[in-house]
Amino acid sequence: MNEMQKIILDYVIAEYIDDDTEVTVDTPLISGGIVDSFSMVSLKRFLETKYKISIPDDKATPEAFDSVNKICTLVQVFVK
Amino acid sequence: MSHHTTNIGSYEERLKNSSWELSKKELGYKDGDVINIAWYCTDRICEMGKANKTALIWEGLGGHEKKYTFNEIRLASNTIGTYLKSLDIKPEDRVCLFMDKIPELYLGFLGVLKIGAIAQPLFSAFGDESLFVRLDNAGTKAVITQKKHATKLQKIIDRLPNLKHIIIVDHDPTKPLRPREVAFSLEAAKPVDKFDTYPTKAESPSLLHYTSGTTGQPKGVKHVHSSLIAQYITAKWTLDLQDNDIYWCTADPGWVTGTSYGIIAPWSLGITQCVMDVGFSAEKWYEFIQKHKVTKWYSAPTAIRSLMKAGDELVKKFDLSSLVHLTSVGEPLNSEAVVWSQKVFGKPFHDTFWQTETGAIMIANYPGMKIKPGSMGKAFPGITATVVDPETFEPYKEPGKIGLIAFKPGWPSMMRTYWNNEETYKGKFKNGWYLSGDRSSIDKEGYFWFVGRDDDVINTAGHLVSPFEVESALLEHPAVAESAVVSKPDEVNMEVVKAFITLKPGYQPSKELELDIMNFIRKKLSPLAMPQDVEYVDSLPKTRSGKIMRRVLHAKEWGEDIGDISTLEND
Repeated sequence: MNEMQKIILDYVIAEYIDDDTEVTVDTPLISGGIVDSFSMVSLKRFLETKYKISIPDDKATPEAFDSVNKICTLVQVFVK
Repeated sequence: MSHHTTNIGSYEERLKNSSWELSKKELGYKDGDVINIAWYCTDRICEMGKANKTALIWEGLGGHEKKYTFNEIRLASNTIGTYLKSLDIKPEDRVCLFMDKIPELYLGFLGVLKIGAIAQPLFSAFGDESLFVRLDNAGTKAVITQKKHATKLQKIIDRLPNLKHIIIVDHDPTKPLRPREVAFSLEAAKPVDKFDTYPTKAESPSLLHYTSGTTGQPKGVKHVHSSLIAQYITAKWTLDLQDNDIYWCTADPGWVTGTSYGIIAPWSLGITQCVMDVGFSAEKWYEFIQKHKVTKWYSAPTAIRSLMKAGDELVKKFDLSSLVHLTSVGEPLNSEAVVWSQKVFGKPFHDTFWQTETGAIMIANYPGMKIKPGSMGKAFPGITATVVDPETFEPYKEPGKIGLIAFKPGWPSMMRTYWNNEETYKGKFKNGWYLSGDRSSIDKEGYFWFVGRDDDVINTAGHLVSPFEVESALLEHPAVAESAVVSKPDEVNMEVVKAFITLKPGYQPSKELELDIMNFIRKKLSPLAMPQDVEYVDSLPKTRSGKIMRRVLHAKEWGEDIGDISTLEND
């Protein structure tokens, strides 16, 4: 696991998991019901704040946010 | 092209007779009889010869599927009811259902009603504070939940002395049970065939749904078993549910749509319904409709707008020709959505209007009736609806005049009170009319046109959020000195929550703090209540008496005239 994957995975577990549900970098987050569309807003805000990027709304789709790996792919597009 | 015969037939003809009497006749119910919603949804359907008909097609993540016949939901509800009785749950005790959209939520709801207890479904994304407020107010005795949600309950049980049992439906036997927890597995339990459903009557309480207002804490709307009379016939005529239909109501039973039209109405009509417990994805939704050949679909404007955003090309990848009639609820359905659905599905979404307090559909666009895109439609046959003057509460006679939406009290599913809040309940009735809290006009043809709420309640994605509740929670954040919460326009959700805050000394505005505040509210209250925008201000607009003038902030967000600010305190 690289540093970005770890940071994002740790954040998801800390913020969205209340019990000992196992979450990996490929666990479906949106389609799996772990992060709903409203909570996605705070996740997007975290990524933008952490990586000092701005993710356009049309790129911040449920599909693009559906796993830690997919999120990393998206973030890397905008990180200089 | 096949001709589809609708249940309602001619709307004008239906106006001539009593819908409620017809409903009672079809249900085989006479005034004074025993009436239990869960019995009507299960035992009666089996007695009508449909025991082996599929009642529920449930799909979870990864396409994991379960099916239940009406006999199986009868057995399951008996089994759950028996278990609850063994825990000494008595008639009129409140039993909360705090689960994702899993089968146990639907079957547990029926089990609670079968023993005459009061079902209190709560949205599973509620944070511990939102949960506490509602369980405390209701004096809830038991919660049926999943292990993933049980931790939130453990955080608050010390403040809930009435809460005796936390029933975990998916307990991991290798882990110890925590205080007040008990494990119950529907699959492992011995099915109960012979069961004496509690003999509830028309006015026996059935359900408590919590709804948010502008001021104060959320209110428990109390419904009774005779609400079935309205739910049955409104579903039959408005949603057009027919014997061979496959029906999909996308609403979560934590909200009233998910109980009235996600459990009670379809099953009392003996209809097969499908439920998907997977997060939103346009592709998955279309796949679901195609797979199960959904014919009748009851959804919400936020979801429809999300589908619009996903694009028309995606729709073409699926065979959605099974769809016959589409309906919508929760917020006003914008005309673009009506036009779009006609274009991509070949059928328009029909808007319906009602509330937690009304228990059933009150105003709607009916099958076969001309739709005016953007209009709420016409009053359901049997409902007397009008708009009244906000000062005198007299009905307006002139078409096009904006007033408060009002209904003549007495329809079967009208709420009976707000739990422990009779005074607020009485305040909903003025001059012999029930006031919905919304503003609208009526045109010359009797179509209602929604204008807005009459108060500060925020309607986000079809769910009401109280600015007071959010403001109160914000004040518990260490950095926040004062707060004001208003709605902000949103393309998909119609409105989202925005918070204006002043900071305590020692705190500086920053994006990190904004995120911290957002997450604080999301976990304390719910993702819906989470401000999607936090603006730091030096001071909030207030009257000379110190009252925060939310409407000034609201007007700025919506680009409206801020109106009379003569009472605004000057710095």
